[in-house]
Amino acid sequence: MEFLQQLVFALVLGSSYALIAIGLTMVYGILKILHVAHAGIYTLGAYVGLLVVTHLTHNFWVALIAGMVASGLAGVLIYRGVYYYILRRSRIVPLIVSIGIFAAMNEFYRLVFGPYQHAFPAKLAFPMVITPYFVITPKQLLIIALTAVFLLVLYFVFNRTKVGLAWQACSQDLAMAGAVGVPVDRAVALNFLLGSALAGAAGILMAFYRNEVYPTMGNVVAYKAFVVVVLGGFGSIRGSVIAGLLLALVETFLGSLEWFEFPRDAIAFLLLIFVLMFRPKGLFGRL
Amino acid sequence: MTLGYLLTVGTFTGIFMILTLSLNILTGYAKQVSLGHAAFFGIGAYAAAILATKAGLSFWAALPCVVVITTVVGVFLGLPSLRVSHDFLVLSTIGLNFIVGAVFRYFPFFGGSMGIVNIPSPTFFGRPLGTVGYFGLTLVFVVLAVLTSLYFSRTWGRLAMEAAGEDETAAKAMGINVAKFKIYAFAISSAYAGIAGALWAHYVGSVFPENFGFDRSIDILAMLVLGGLGTIRGAIFGAFLLQVLPEALRVIQDYRMLISGAVLAIMMVFQPMGLLGKGSILHVGFQRAWKAVRYGFGRAPGN
Repeated sequence: MEFLQQLVFALVLGSSYALIAIGLTMVYGILKILHVAHAGIYTLGAYVGLLVVTHLTHNFWVALIAGMVASGLAGVLIYRGVYYYILRRSRIVPLIVSIGIFAAMNEFYRLVFGPYQHAFPAKLAFPMVITPYFVITPKQLLIIALTAVFLLVLYFVFNRTKVGLAWQACSQDLAMAGAVGVPVDRAVALNFLLGSALAGAAGILMAFYRNEVYPTMGNVVAYKAFVVVVLGGFGSIRGSVIAGLLLALVETFLGSLEWFEFPRDAIAFLLLIFVLMFRPKGLFGRL
Repeated sequence: MTLGYLLTVGTFTGIFMILTLSLNILTGYAKQVSLGHAAFFGIGAYAAAILATKAGLSFWAALPCVVVITTVVGVFLGLPSLRVSHDFLVLSTIGLNFIVGAVFRYFPFFGGSMGIVNIPSPTFFGRPLGTVGYFGLTLVFVVLAVLTSLYFSRTWGRLAMEAAGEDETAAKAMGINVAKFKIYAFAISSAYAGIAGALWAHYVGSVFPENFGFDRSIDILAMLVLGGLGTIRGAIFGAFLLQVLPEALRVIQDYRMLISGAVLAIMMVFQPMGLLGKGSILHVGFQRAWKAVRYGFGRAPGN
């Protein structure tokens, strides 16, 4: 069945979109910053993973954890080092700063690791699913399963822990949350830590899946993740997960049509314009 | 260092000055931050290239058509700005780079990834323009762009645009047609960018999709932010600095995007008005110096 196989592809793609978009959604939900440099962190995760895989060990899990830790710390660094000082300015200021950081990060990767593509030679023992209707390769299964695990963890943290409660309070009203004793600064830093670690995980997973790492791998992603955030209704995590899967579905199925010659990456853009024009609060946002 | 090289650098700097002036109207005056300016630039360049190679029009005949095309496209691409808040507009303009690039790359009409080559150099009364002539031509357009910008900065239009950009609701309450002025900003801005694109296409002789990517958009914005958002002197100065410095110091050339990115981030944090904007270090310094010269040291009136 062609259809089911396409569905598997869409699920894999959508998982990566969702993982990146979650971090963006969390940052936007609390600080109202469009954190473009998030895509630089996605690339950072992939490169740190690459370093581990080429120099230390071929074990995928070690690379994943190293990449997530590095990405998470980088995210906190960007928040404490830069955003923290410009939060009170007009919203356009952090945005431009973020774009500047993103451009500088991309260039940094190019200078340090070279402009070419690296392979990602990690090894992983993971089962393969073969049915008469579709095949899920080990890498695909890994991405889908890991994303599911991450989402469950996130759901738990958000709804069952104090940190999650603090985040919810912060996203409703930052000043008020501070006034009733939420350690806002620490909550936001943790927010960056977790969101960035997920982006780093997405970077490694995609690097492993496509077997390539290159400096500008975040460019299209940066932009698509925002489309997902917009579709998902700005700051709703559930919304962005659904929107990520939806975008992947639309891209996969439209892209597989023979007569549909339009470049795949441009679909997101059209969707974005369409949604922003007719539902400015997002597909799943409350109007 | 030969004269020809200097003239080439000068011509490119001139083209980027027109681009920064163009972005200044959209981002400096109307406060619509655009990270897709290379797309407008590219549309101008491709329009000029196609008119020259496929329709066989001369540079002079094609130029008005290019301006009309880019203006119309600019209006069309400016439509989302009517519905979308500032920061999400930036996102749609980032997307603009990718979609325009994708269209140039995938549709055979635009030459695909092979681009369009063999764009003839313009002639002037039957004689081909050499490097010197082209530099002169660019200079004329830069002066025209500065003059029209100056004129525009003194009209109602600019005030209305600034008001609409600062606070839409307040502007509406004052009776300003916000939508109209936003679209005006896009139209004027992309008309300028179209001219810059045409100049580029005829000077370089070829256009490729990569010439007009996201990186270039960041470059243009960095120039404007460095010089000073909302000022004509800032636009000129920023384009000059970021175009000429990398040429003068070869070391910088390799770190071009790193510098553009860092410039954007650092300037916005520490000097959001730019080097020459109102209230910036240099501007205040110049004013003090000017006062000192005018009134004699230590006797400046007022303070």
